[in-house]
Amino acid sequence: MVKEHSKILLELKDAGINRSNRWLVRNITLSVNEGEILTIIGPNGSGKSTTAKIALGILKPDSGSVILHTDKIAYVPQNLAIDWTLPLRVSDFMRLTNNITFQEITDALDMTGVAPLINKNMRNLSGGEFQRILLARAIATKPDLLILDEPVQGVDFTGEIALYNLINQVSSELNCGTILISHDLHFVMSTTNNVICLNGHICCSGSPKTIVQSKEFIDLFGASAAQTLSPYEHNHDHSH
Amino acid sequence: MLLDDFFIRALIVGIGIAIIAGPFGCFVVWKRLSYFGETLSHSSLLGVALGYIFSINISITVFIVSSIVAVLLFLLNEKTDLNSDSLLGLLSHSSLSIGLLVVGYLSYIRFDMMGLLFGDILAVTKLDIIIVWVCGGLFIFIFCLIWKSLLAGTVNRDIASSENMRPRRSELIYMILLSGLIAISIKIIGILLITGLLIIPAAMSRNISNSPMQMILISITVGVTSVVAGLFTSLTFNTASGPSILVIALILFIISLTPVKRIISGANK
Repeated sequence: MVKEHSKILLELKDAGINRSNRWLVRNITLSVNEGEILTIIGPNGSGKSTTAKIALGILKPDSGSVILHTDKIAYVPQNLAIDWTLPLRVSDFMRLTNNITFQEITDALDMTGVAPLINKNMRNLSGGEFQRILLARAIATKPDLLILDEPVQGVDFTGEIALYNLINQVSSELNCGTILISHDLHFVMSTTNNVICLNGHICCSGSPKTIVQSKEFIDLFGASAAQTLSPYEHNHDHSH
Repeated sequence: MLLDDFFIRALIVGIGIAIIAGPFGCFVVWKRLSYFGETLSHSSLLGVALGYIFSINISITVFIVSSIVAVLLFLLNEKTDLNSDSLLGLLSHSSLSIGLLVVGYLSYIRFDMMGLLFGDILAVTKLDIIIVWVCGGLFIFIFCLIWKSLLAGTVNRDIASSENMRPRRSELIYMILLSGLIAISIKIIGILLITGLLIIPAAMSRNISNSPMQMILISITVGVTSVVAGLFTSLTFNTASGPSILVIALILFIISLTPVKRIISGANK
């Protein structure tokens, strides 16, 4: 849970991106503290990745402001295609933006369960292995702020749970702030502190429990989505 | 003196160029800039004409003209999605045509058009040796400073810029250095064939390498081998130096596709 006096890492105030007279996202106000996981959910084209890019400083907001209180950021993008002409081993990829030691690389790969792949070429990995390596690269530098855009895509069901648990564990171990973008509602909701529901603007936000009951959430995802979330919560309530 | 021999001069200049072309060529391949390189080298003919008009060393005028073109292309690319090959093709061939017209108009100056387009080892002077090795050393030095962020930006620009690597600045510096490389290699390779020296060794090296650094080192080796063997061919059979070098590079590329590849890369596993 969020500590009382934890440091604010990132603040967006009324941030918006306008492209050819159309607002991709607008009036985004959010903040992320140390040790906190903020989940952004929303349908396709709702501006989840755009919001992440504003937070990362890749896109300059056309309105509002972004204040970053750290420069130790790590990013897992939604799409990453490595050109076949570039021979890149996992170990090269792990050192892409830093100069971490071999030990730090293997530690991070161990955490995501892919240490044996260290000398493999990035192009010869399965989708699930690739995602685990993306995540390992992001946590290897022990960042203050972790921004993960659909980090478990292509990972199988059990792997997905394991990776979400790992994200949770990393967030509390490193005490870093995390923005998690996801479309799959189940697991996200149980492990996160705050949820923002996005559809061009912030429809609703709050703790997972309050958000599933809000009218906007049900309007956006349908009543069945709200119901599919509840069994998972119940699992916790009924553990014997 | 040793340097009085034109062939020795050509060898020294050629080896220097091949060493610089290795790392720069790998990025041309990785970033899919071959058409961009083509556009830069074709526009350099205009630089050659300016050099003749004002009687300045053509390396300087070519460098100025090509880097202006490089910066313009870079800015255009930021604004629009220029990387469509028809637009680059348009710029590339129209700048070559303008260059040819301007050079053709300078009929009062005697120079060797074939040498400009395809390279001429007889044209290499002692000054060229100094230019290639001093500028080349500088290019490699700057390249070493930007190489990490350039590579990170090649893999993913968003990751690089959000993790404090400044990939756009590195890209711009790289493109200006590429113009410089074109400027100093015209005499040996020629305007029409420079992109070949950038791409073929890198492509050959791709077939047998496992990491970016390895690919750069192998393509330097392939480039130097091609230049040395190509210049000897040029001397022996009195052929233009540019095509001779590229044909040797092509032969090495073809060899890398054959079972020899497995024997070499087997050692890496």
